[in-house]
Amino acid sequence: MLLAIITISLMAGLFGLILGYAAIRFKVEGNPIVDQIDALLPQTQCGQCTYPGCRPYAEAIANGEAPINQCPPGGQATIVALADLLDTEVLELNAEHGEHVEVPLIAVIDEQICIGCTLCIQACPVDAILGSAKHMHTVIADECTGCKLCLPPCPVDCIDMIPIEQTIDDWKWTLPKPVEPGSSWSSADA
Amino acid sequence: MRDLHHFHGGMRLPGHKNESLVRDLQQASLPAQLLLPLKQHIGEYNKPLVDIGDRVRKGQVIAANPALICAPVHAPTSGTISAIAKFPVAHPSGQADTCIVIDVDGEDEAATAVLPDLQQLDAQQMVELISRAGIVGLGGAAFPTSAKLARGNMNGIDTLIINGVECEPYITCDDILMRTSAAEVLRGTGYLQRILQPRSTLIGIEDNKPEAIRAMTAALAQAGLAQTEIVAIPTIYPSGGEKQLIQILTGKEVPHGQLAFDIGLFCQNVGTCVAITRALEQDQPLISRVVTVSGDNIRQPGNWEVALGTPIRHLLELAGGYLHGTTAHLVMGGPMMGFSLASDQVPIVKASNNILVMREQTIPHSPGFHDECIRCSKCTEVCPASLLPQQLYWHARARAYDRTQEFHLFDCIECGCCSAVCPSGIPLVQYYRAAKSEIRAAQQAQVKSDRARLRFEFRERRLQLKKQQEEERRRLKRAALQQKTAKAGEDTASVADPVQAALERVKARKQALQEESS
Repeated sequence: MLLAIITISLMAGLFGLILGYAAIRFKVEGNPIVDQIDALLPQTQCGQCTYPGCRPYAEAIANGEAPINQCPPGGQATIVALADLLDTEVLELNAEHGEHVEVPLIAVIDEQICIGCTLCIQACPVDAILGSAKHMHTVIADECTGCKLCLPPCPVDCIDMIPIEQTIDDWKWTLPKPVEPGSSWSSADA
Repeated sequence: MRDLHHFHGGMRLPGHKNESLVRDLQQASLPAQLLLPLKQHIGEYNKPLVDIGDRVRKGQVIAANPALICAPVHAPTSGTISAIAKFPVAHPSGQADTCIVIDVDGEDEAATAVLPDLQQLDAQQMVELISRAGIVGLGGAAFPTSAKLARGNMNGIDTLIINGVECEPYITCDDILMRTSAAEVLRGTGYLQRILQPRSTLIGIEDNKPEAIRAMTAALAQAGLAQTEIVAIPTIYPSGGEKQLIQILTGKEVPHGQLAFDIGLFCQNVGTCVAITRALEQDQPLISRVVTVSGDNIRQPGNWEVALGTPIRHLLELAGGYLHGTTAHLVMGGPMMGFSLASDQVPIVKASNNILVMREQTIPHSPGFHDECIRCSKCTEVCPASLLPQQLYWHARARAYDRTQEFHLFDCIECGCCSAVCPSGIPLVQYYRAAKSEIRAAQQAQVKSDRARLRFEFRERRLQLKKQQEEERRRLKRAALQQKTAKAGEDTASVADPVQAALERVKARKQALQEESS
C-alpha cells in the first residue's frame, strides 16, 4: 500500500517536472493560428475589414471577435480558405466592407499635379511610395498592393487607381466547358 | 546493338513526313521587314540596346539582359530600326508583345567576326560564347542553352544524349538538318563533350529517318568522336520528349520533381548542336533556323533556312501559298503540341520548328463544348508520363488544383496523346494547361503577398521604434529641465532675499561715495 503511494507520488512528481520543463523548452511564441490565418489573407493592408492591417484582422478572427467575411481583396476564395482552416461555415462576403475586384489595381501618381506634400507616403502601409517634401512622389509599382489608402489624404487628388496591365506572361489558359447538362442530344451530335 | 527500353504508353501516328521531304533544304529570301520579339526564350525579358533610326549590322546584339536565364537577340541582317513596339507574336494567347522592327536594306553587311582560338578555350569560356550567341534549345522549349550547360557542368554528366528524334507528324526540320549538316551536328556534339566531359554519348534517331541515320553514321566515321554511338529507335510518339528519350536509351526514369542532369544525363537537340558549331567556329549568333512548312493546305511543302523575325506570311508565299481558298488554320509546332496562330503576320522565332497549314481546325483554339467522360481509361493507357489523365481531368474541372498536384500535374509534358485518343473529344491537355497556369498565378500572388507582409511588418516596427525614440527624447528633455529648475532653486536658497541684497549693495556703494567726498 505504502509502496504504491510512494511509487505513484514519485511518478507524478517526475511527470510534473517533465511537463514543467517542456512548457518552458517548447513554449510557442504568439498564437500559431494567427500566423496561419495571416498567411491566407492577401496582405493588401487596406484596412477595409476595419482593422489596421491584415495581421490585426487575423488576430481578431483568432480571438473570435470578427467574422471571416470582411476581406474584399481576398474575395470568396479567401473566405473559403479561412473556413477550411477554421472548420467553420463558408459565408458570403460582407458587402459593407466593399466589393471584390477581379482585376488587381495599382496606384499611379500624376507627377504633373503632385505638390510633394508627403501625406500619401505616410499613409502607405507597405512603404511603396517614394519621394520627399516638396519633391515629386512616385509609386513603386512592384510593391503597391492596391489598397487605396493613399487616395483620401492627397490634397490635390493626383493619385489614380489603374488596373495592372496584363502581359503575355500573366496570360492564363481557360478551362474548356463540358456539354451543358440537360441539353438534348440531336442527330447532329452523332 | 544496344538494348532499348520502353516508356509507358505512347501512340503510333501517321507520319506525314514525306510531303516536306520531297524538296531539299532551301534558303528563304529576306522579307522587307523583320520583327524580333524581345523574348524568344524561357526566362527574363531582354532590354533593347538600339534606338529607332539606328543602323544595325548582321549579327549585332540588339537586345540583351545580364540575367543568367536569358538569351540575347541579334540582328539577322543589316538594316535600320524602324520601330520598337508591340506586335502580335507567336503565342497561344494571340496577344502582342514588344518587338524590334528592322527595315531590311538588302546589303546583308555583317558585323566583324572575332574568331576565338578553339583549341585554347576551356569549358567556361565556351559556355560564355554560347551564351553571347543567344543560343536556346531549338527542339521547341527554347530554354537558354548556356544556363542548362552551366547546371549540367555543375552536376557532372555521365551520358550526353543528342536528340534527333522529331516524333511529331509533319515536322522534318531536324531530319533535313541531319541529312545536310551531319558534320556540323557532330562537331557541335564534340564541343558539348568538351564542356560536359560525359563518359558516353548517344545520338537517338527514329527509324523512320533512314537517310538521316545514314548521313550521320557516315559523318561519325570521319568525326572521330570517342564513345559516341548512333542509336536507331522505334517510331513511337512522343519518344522525342526528353524524359521519354532518356528512358528509351538508358532505361532510367527522371524522378518526379527532378531534371535530367540530377541523374547525370544531359539532352540536347541536333539543331542546337549546329547552332553551337556555328557560334564557336564562325562567331555567328543564332539569327536563323530551319523551319518546316507543311500541312494539307500548302502548295509546296518543304524546309527553309529562315532568318528569325521573318513574318510567316513571307514563308507561306515562298511555299507557293494556300492550296485551297484564301484562308487556312495556321499552327506553330506540330499537330499534337502546337498552338493555333491568330494571324499570318507573326514572326518566326527561335522556338518555331514548324508551320502547319491545315484546311480544317485541328487544334482547339478557344475552349469549345465537349462531351462527358465515359471513364474508358484510354487516356491512362497512352500517357507517356504514367499519369492518371482522368483523375487530373476531374480535379482540374472542379478547380481542385491542390488535388491535381497530388496527381503530379506538373509531370505532364502536354504531348496531347490523351486528348487524341479520347472518344468524347475532351481537350484534356487544355484542362491541364489551365490548371497549371492557375497554380502558377497563385504561386506568384503568394510571393507578392509575402513581400507585402514583410514590408508591412517592417513599417510597423519602424513606426514603433520612432515612437519609442520620440518618447525617450521627451523624457530626457523633461529630466534636463527638472534638473535645471532644481539647480536654480538651490542658488536662490543660499541668498535669502535677492532684492534686499541688491538694496544693501546700493546702500554700501552710496555710503562709500559719501565717505570719499567728506
